[in-house]
Amino acid sequence: MTKINIPTPLRQYAGKLPTVEVKAGTVAEALSGLVSQHPDLRRHLYTDDGKLRSFVNVYLNDEDVRYLQKEATAVKDSDTISIVPSIAGGW
Amino acid sequence: MLKIGETEFDEIRRHGEETYPHECCGVLLGQMEGDVRSVTSITRCGNTRTDSPQNRYQIDPRELVRIQREGREGGEDIVGFYHSHPDHPARWSQTDLAEAHWFGCSYVITSVEKGKAAITNSFELTGSDEGDKKLADEKIEVVQVET
Repeated sequence: MTKINIPTPLRQYAGKLPTVEVKAGTVAEALSGLVSQHPDLRRHLYTDDGKLRSFVNVYLNDEDVRYLQKEATAVKDSDTISIVPSIAGGW
Repeated sequence: MLKIGETEFDEIRRHGEETYPHECCGVLLGQMEGDVRSVTSITRCGNTRTDSPQNRYQIDPRELVRIQREGREGGEDIVGFYHSHPDHPARWSQTDLAEAHWFGCSYVITSVEKGKAAITNSFELTGSDEGDKKLADEKIEVVQVET
């Protein structure tokens, strides 16, 4: 099973779990499995037209999937996916 | 409310002085206990906004992934973030609000005036989604170090 790390602000929509395990062959399947288990997460991860929100970073182990094959990136059972909303600002 | 040890609180302020006139940034690690975020350690981060570091900050998500992993291994979660406003008030800006996405977490801002840390305020990102989010004033309880 592939592990998905849930960041603290999204855990309230994922049964308060820090980690969710899914059976998946790609990042897209993993995220789809995640929102199937926890439907309330969907609107926080995806826009109304089904695209990942721009501030939601998805990492496969230590790599940003945008620089791999995006959501088509293959995953193995030993992999860990991290969902990390961006942190920025300033005056 | 944000509960933070004197050592970590001073470290946040010192970081802002060290990076002046640029913004500093970092992560607050600890535990969520109801409405209280208790900070047990902080981690300094680099500011990736090298194009405008005097009034913008950004933390590399790769650094966040590492901090989140290492924190969890030590029983700590990300409970908030901090940054500085060089020669600008310790109030959140429209940019701060627009770029804030960690609901239920603390956003700590320190004003640094002419290189000296002045006021430190904290704001909780409240709301349920991007449409109704707010940065709400929150109390900081600085816990004195026992001698």
